[in-house]
Amino acid sequence: MTEPLLRLTGLTKAYPGVVANKDVSFEIQPGEVHALLGENGAGKSTLVKTIYGLVKPDSGTMTLEGTAFTPAEPRAARAAGVAMVFQHFSLFDAMNVAENIALGMENPPPQREIAAQVRKVSDQYGLPLDPDRVVGELSAGERQRVEIIRCLLQDPKLLIMDEPTSVLTPQEVAILFETLKQLSAEGTAILYISHKLEEIRTLCDNATVLRLGEVVGECDPKATSAREMAELMVGTKLHVPEKAAKPAGETVLALQALSAPAPHQFGTALRDITIDISKGEVLGIGGVAGNGQDELVAALSGEMRVAPDMVQFQGQPIGQLPPNARRKIGLLAAPEERMGHAAAPDMSLTENAIMTAMTRENLTTKGFLHWAKARRFAEGVIKDFDVRTPGPANAARSLSGGNLQKFVIGREILQAPDVLVVNQPTWGVDASAAAAIRQALLDLAAKGAAVICISQDLDELMEISDRFAALNEGRLSAPRPAQGLTVEEIGLMLGGAHDMEVAHVDA
Amino acid sequence: MITLEKRPQPSRAWSLATPLLAVLLTMICGGLLFAALGKNPFETIRTIFLDPLFSEFAWFYRPQLLIKGAPLVLIAIGLSFGFRAGIWNIGAEGQYIVGAICGAAVGLAFYPTESFIIFPLMIIAGILGGTLWAMIPGILRVKFGTNEILVSLMLVYVAEQLMASMALGALRNPDGMGFPGSRNLSQYPSAANLEIISGSGMHWGVVTALIAVIFAYIALSRHIFGFNVRLAGQSPRAAKFAGVNPAAMILICMGLSGGLAGAAGLFEVAGPAGQVSIDFNVGYGFTAIIVAFLGRLHPVGILLAGGLMALTYIGGEIAQSNLGLPLAAIQLMQGMLLFFLLAVDVLTNYRMRFGRRQVV
Repeated sequence: MTEPLLRLTGLTKAYPGVVANKDVSFEIQPGEVHALLGENGAGKSTLVKTIYGLVKPDSGTMTLEGTAFTPAEPRAARAAGVAMVFQHFSLFDAMNVAENIALGMENPPPQREIAAQVRKVSDQYGLPLDPDRVVGELSAGERQRVEIIRCLLQDPKLLIMDEPTSVLTPQEVAILFETLKQLSAEGTAILYISHKLEEIRTLCDNATVLRLGEVVGECDPKATSAREMAELMVGTKLHVPEKAAKPAGETVLALQALSAPAPHQFGTALRDITIDISKGEVLGIGGVAGNGQDELVAALSGEMRVAPDMVQFQGQPIGQLPPNARRKIGLLAAPEERMGHAAAPDMSLTENAIMTAMTRENLTTKGFLHWAKARRFAEGVIKDFDVRTPGPANAARSLSGGNLQKFVIGREILQAPDVLVVNQPTWGVDASAAAAIRQALLDLAAKGAAVICISQDLDELMEISDRFAALNEGRLSAPRPAQGLTVEEIGLMLGGAHDMEVAHVDA
Repeated sequence: MITLEKRPQPSRAWSLATPLLAVLLTMICGGLLFAALGKNPFETIRTIFLDPLFSEFAWFYRPQLLIKGAPLVLIAIGLSFGFRAGIWNIGAEGQYIVGAICGAAVGLAFYPTESFIIFPLMIIAGILGGTLWAMIPGILRVKFGTNEILVSLMLVYVAEQLMASMALGALRNPDGMGFPGSRNLSQYPSAANLEIISGSGMHWGVVTALIAVIFAYIALSRHIFGFNVRLAGQSPRAAKFAGVNPAAMILICMGLSGGLAGAAGLFEVAGPAGQVSIDFNVGYGFTAIIVAFLGRLHPVGILLAGGLMALTYIGGEIAQSNLGLPLAAIQLMQGMLLFFLLAVDVLTNYRMRFGRRQVV
C-alpha cells in the first residue's frame, strides 16, 4: 500500500464542556476526493481547522507524506501544501480579483503577472473569471472561484472545501464538480465537507462519517446508498417517544404559499411554504442552518412583513402586522441569536422582560412603564425556569448562554401564547436545562398552544414533535407524523434527496 | 503592558467618575497649554473656572451663565435622544440657525402690531423650522440610506449662508440705513424674549430648558419611548424584534433634536442676540454635542455639563480680555474636554490590568 498523503491518528480536541473531536483517525490518498460527513456539531469544522493549523489538537498526530505535520498556523499549513476554501469568503468587495488574490500571498508578484496567472489557471480548470473585475459585482459562485483560484495558485497537494455548494446555483455546482474531478485526476487530494448526500455520492471516492466528534464509519459513497449514509450520520439512537397520536385540533396558524425574497446578501429566500398548524400540536422543523430558518422566524414574528394572506392566525390574515400586534393576538417567537436579537446584552433582565412582554403582560399604561410589575414578571421567569443569576437587575450579558436561553424561552412561555415559534431552543444549553426547556414546550402544547420548534438537533425534534417537516433552501417539505418516522426517512428529508438541484447534477 | 478586560456589567461608579476625571485632566492639560503660551496656568484656570462664579464681578457673570447655558442644555437634551438611539445628528447648529430665522421672520411679519399671541407663534415657528431642517437628513437617511452625519453637518453651512442672505436681504431692517441685520426683536415688546426676573438672566429659554430636562428624564426612565430609544441604540436587531420601527425612530429622534435646537435659536434671536445678523451663531449647536456626552446623555448630567460649558465660555471671555489668552486656546480646551471624556470612558466598560499579557 502506498504512503497516504495525509494520515490522522487519534486526534482529540476538547473545548470546555464539549469534546469536539475524539480519537479521530483516517487517511487521505493522493488524488482522492474524500468526503467528511456529519451533522452540524459533529466536529467537522474543528477537524479541518486542525489540519489547516487554526486549532491545536490536545493529543494525536498528523503526518503529511510520511513526515510529521504540526502546522502552528495556516501559513505553515499552506507552505506544506494544504489549502482551504472556507464557507464564508474573505474577500474585499472594493478591490478587483487580482488584487484580492495578491492580498493572500506572502510575496505577491506584480499585478500583471497575477492577472496572467489567474487567466491561465481559470482557463486550465474551466473556471471562467476575469481578474480585472471588482469583487463586489461578482456572484457568490464567482467569489468562490476567486477563493479556489487563490488556493490553486499555491499548487496545493490537499484542498479542503467546507460546504462549497451551499451558496451555489445548480449550474455553478456542475462547473465546480468538473474542476474538482480534474484536480483529483491530476493528483490533488480533496477533503470535501458536506451533508448533502447525493452530492457526495456523485463526487467522492471515500467518505468518513463523524458523529459527536467520533468517527462512526467509513464507506465508499458510490457503493453506499444515501439512506445508509444518513443512518450513519444521524445514528440509530434516534428514538421516537411514545406519544399517543392526538386527534387533529382546530387550525390556529396557517401559512399559505409563504414566499419572501432573501432579506440580505447571505439570507435565504422563502419559497412557497404552505402548512397548517393546529392547537396543541408541536411541529418540528429540521434542516441545516442557513436554509431559511431565520427568515421563517422573522416572517412569523413580524420582523419581516409579507403579504397579509401568507400568514393567517385563526383565519385572520396577519402577514403585515408588526411584532407587537402579533404578540397581542397570541403569536410569540424566540429567535435563535440570544445576544443582540432575542435579548439586549447591556440591558437588565427586567428591561429584557419588558422588551417582548410589555403588550401581553400590560407592563405599560399610556406608554408609561410599570417597573415594579416588570420586575415581578422577570423574577417569575427567573424562578420558574431556574435562571442562575443574582437578580433581575443584572445585565443580560452577565448570564451564561444557557441561562440566558432559559430566560428568553421562559419569557415567552410565561406569556401564555397561542402559538410559540422557537428557533434552536436548546442550542448551547446543558443537558438538564435543555430537558427542562423541552418539557416546558411540551407542557405548553398540552395546554392547547401550538408550538413550532425549529432545530438542527434531530433527537430533540423526535422527542417533542407531533409532526416533522424539513426546511431545505427555503422550501418546507410536506409534514409527516413524527411517530413511526424512521431514521432513513429523516435523513432523506434533510439530505435533500428530493432536491431538484441535486437531480440536475446527477443528470 | 496594560491590558483591558471587559467588565461583565458597566461600572456605575466609573460612569459617574469619568466626567469628573475628564474635567480634571482637561484642567491639567489646559494648564500645561496655557503655561506653554507663557501664562500663569493656575491663574488662568482660576479665571476660567472660578472667576465667573466667585470674583467681585460675579454679579455680572452669573446671569450670563444662564443665558449661555440654556441653549446648550436645550440642544443637548434633544441630541441625547438621537445619540442614545444611534442616530448621529451633528447638524444642530444648522437647525438652531433655521429655527432662529423662522421664529424671527414670524415676529418681524407682525411688526409693529402688539399682541400676546406673537411670541408663542414665534416659538412654534422656531420649533417647526428646526424640525423641518432636521427632517432633511432624516428623510434622506430613511428613504435613500444616506449618512445623516454628513448630510446634517453639510446643512449647517447651508443654514449659515441662509442666515447671511436673510440678514442682508429679506429680513433686513428697512429703517437700518443699509446696515446688515434685522430689526432688533428685543426692542419689540410682543416679540421679545424678556427676562422673567429682571437682571437674573432667567429668560423663557432657560425655563424651557429646565422643562425639557424634566420631560427628558421622565421619558427616558419611565416611558416606553425612552425605553425604545435605548433599546434601538444598544441592540438594533433586538429593537426590531421588540417592535420598534427603525425608520420612525430615526425621524422622531431627528425631529426632536431639530425642534429643540430650533427653539433654542428662537429664544436666542429674540433675546440675548436680539436680531438676525451675519454673525448670529456662535457654535452652540456644536458645543451642545460635547455637553450631551459630558452629561453622559443623561438629562441631569446634561444640565450640569451645560452649566460647566457655559462657565468655560464666560471664563474664556474673561481670560481673553484680562489675560490676553487667544480664543483658539479656549476652544482647544473645550475640545480637550470631549477628547478626555471619550478616552476615560473606556474605564466604564473595561477594567485595566497591569502586567505582561500571557501569551496564548
